[in-house]
Amino acid sequence: MSVLVYTESENGKLKKNAAEVASYAYEVAQQMNTTATAVAINTEDSASIGDYGISKVLNVTAENLKPFNAKAYAHVLKQAADKEGAKVIILSSSTDAKYLAPILTALLKGGYVPNVVAAPESTSPFKVKRTVFSNKGFAHTELKSDIKIIGVSNNSFGNIENKTTANAEDFSPSLDENIFGTTSVDIDKVVGKATIADADIVVSGGRGLKGPENWGMIEELAEVLGAATACSKPVSDLGWRPHGEHVGQTGKPVATNLYIAIGISGAIQHLAGVSASKVKVVINSDPEAPFFKAADYGVVGDAFEVVPKLIEKLKEFKSQST
Amino acid sequence: MHSILKFNEYLSCDSKKTDLKKTIYMKILVCISNVPDTTSKINFTDGNSKFDTNGVQFVINPNDEFGLTRAMWFKEKQGATVHVATVGGPTTEPTIRKALAIGADEAIRVNAEPLDGFFVAEQLAAVIKDGAYDLVIAGRESIDYNGGMVPGILATLLDMNFVNSCISLEIEGDKATAVREIDGGKEKLTTTLPLVIGGQKGLVSESDLKIPNMRGIMMARQKKLHVVEPVDANSTTEDLTFDKPAPKGSIKMVDADNLDELINLLHNEAKVI
Ligand SMILES: Cc1cc2nc3c(=O)[nH]c(=O)nc-3n(C[C@H](O)[C@H](O)[C@H](O)COP(=O)(O)OP(=O)(O)OC[C@H]3O[C@@H](n4cnc5c(N)ncnc54)[C@H](O)[C@@H]3O)c2cc1C
Repeated sequence: MSVLVYTESENGKLKKNAAEVASYAYEVAQQMNTTATAVAINTEDSASIGDYGISKVLNVTAENLKPFNAKAYAHVLKQAADKEGAKVIILSSSTDAKYLAPILTALLKGGYVPNVVAAPESTSPFKVKRTVFSNKGFAHTELKSDIKIIGVSNNSFGNIENKTTANAEDFSPSLDENIFGTTSVDIDKVVGKATIADADIVVSGGRGLKGPENWGMIEELAEVLGAATACSKPVSDLGWRPHGEHVGQTGKPVATNLYIAIGISGAIQHLAGVSASKVKVVINSDPEAPFFKAADYGVVGDAFEVVPKLIEKLKEFKSQST
Repeated sequence: MHSILKFNEYLSCDSKKTDLKKTIYMKILVCISNVPDTTSKINFTDGNSKFDTNGVQFVINPNDEFGLTRAMWFKEKQGATVHVATVGGPTTEPTIRKALAIGADEAIRVNAEPLDGFFVAEQLAAVIKDGAYDLVIAGRESIDYNGGMVPGILATLLDMNFVNSCISLEIEGDKATAVREIDGGKEKLTTTLPLVIGGQKGLVSESDLKIPNMRGIMMARQKKLHVVEPVDANSTTEDLTFDKPAPKGSIKMVDADNLDELINLLHNEAKVI
């Protein structure tokens, strides 16, 4: 009857979002008077998830589960849920989690609610709060099915430490060769750099930067802050930046601690996708730009003057604080 | 599965002399969600239990529009029949007609209120079973309820292959090569038809999106729009009430010549650096 949580890993190490989904699973388990069990696939350091209240880890080690395969991973989670008699399954909002969640939902004939931003309002009936209309609203949603699958929004619940010992157990699901369905032939991924999905800070540039040749300062600012880079839609449409950097209602959602918008006007579609970020800073030469109505801190000024100065000041600040 | 048969026939001919367009054709279904235009003001009504459609303009879900455009590309370049389907009441018909005006051949409307993602997926699964489609293109998510589950659930119900967050799709015979977005990059996958994809921006270039012309709109009036009744299915979730985010507190302005102050605020007040 325990609450099951899928803690993702990369290159054998738990991903940053594992702590948040584990914290969430522990909270649900507390509410339901039960324990939380994690499923970790090809993960060397899974025991450390005990820091977030997880008392048992099912370790799955299998060559054919490298790299990620949505269908196979969904089958692993289904078998783990069956074995544990779990009725509630917690997932993250990563691209991989959002890929496998509906497959798992169909396999278990369950209910799935993504983009959940808070602990359950009640567990009987099971009610959660989630974002809808691209962050322009919230819904209070009841899960009516026996099996309940929750997708926790990035950076919404936080990491809550509850030091426990996670008892490790090896788990060997049975996976038929023909369930995989797709074959990965190439992965093209930035390494060693924060991504929009998991960065604490995102630095984003808009059409106000005039052209791709001016992104040096955006990248430098991001580097100083340990941030990921992003852009507005026209910037990626124009080919100034890759599509993967497009954020907003029709691009990637952003839910970081700090979002810095430079030369971005703040169109409704842009704001919808970034408004879940906790603190927003806007740098724009036009004091009438709509983004000033949606931000926490604003600087009216020419990005080509403000950004280089800000980089210098931040470097000073960083060298003093270390 | 007729495209696979056609492909085998094609293999048995001299491929150099054979025009691809005549030998292979796919049957494609594009699933369309009818959503509020991205500029819509979002309000709720009936004691905050329902989305207020008053004054709202409805459009083809942007992720589905990329998919529809890719389907038209297959139709033009490789030969394909393209159907569109939606689950919704009669008020969704202008949106479906728009898809027909863009170039889809026929449309199917399942006459039911879309209760939740699982319910919609079950309805579409029934349509797909009846139509024996080789390729089903849905959007990664619809921009109203952001559920992101319809393509994955229906693929699983029908045991079809599935690629989500799909930003590129090529098909040759029954083989497909797809690229999906991953956090921080992309992944190339190979798979086979029958296939379901959850499409999104990147699947076609922005400039390929078509605005229906007069001829398209006229022709769309003649095209078949089948209305079918829903199959028995339950919803597994229910939105009980809605609310809106608290209004934003006022902004603090910092002078461009005093960026130390900005750093101070971000460090000591907001505590984000
Ligand atoms: C269906 C649909 C979906 C959409 N989805 C998205 C989406 O997901 N994401 C998205 O971003 N957009 C989206 N858009 C587009 C959106 O409506 C805007 O067109 C877009 O966000 C504007 O991008 P921008 O702010 O970079 O450019 P602009 O609106 O051109 O703004 C540029 C800004 O830069 C400022 N500027 C100029 N020079 C300088 C300077 N030297 N220093 C500082 N500031 C300067 C200007 O004052 C201006 O405010 C969508 C539109 C539609 C119709």
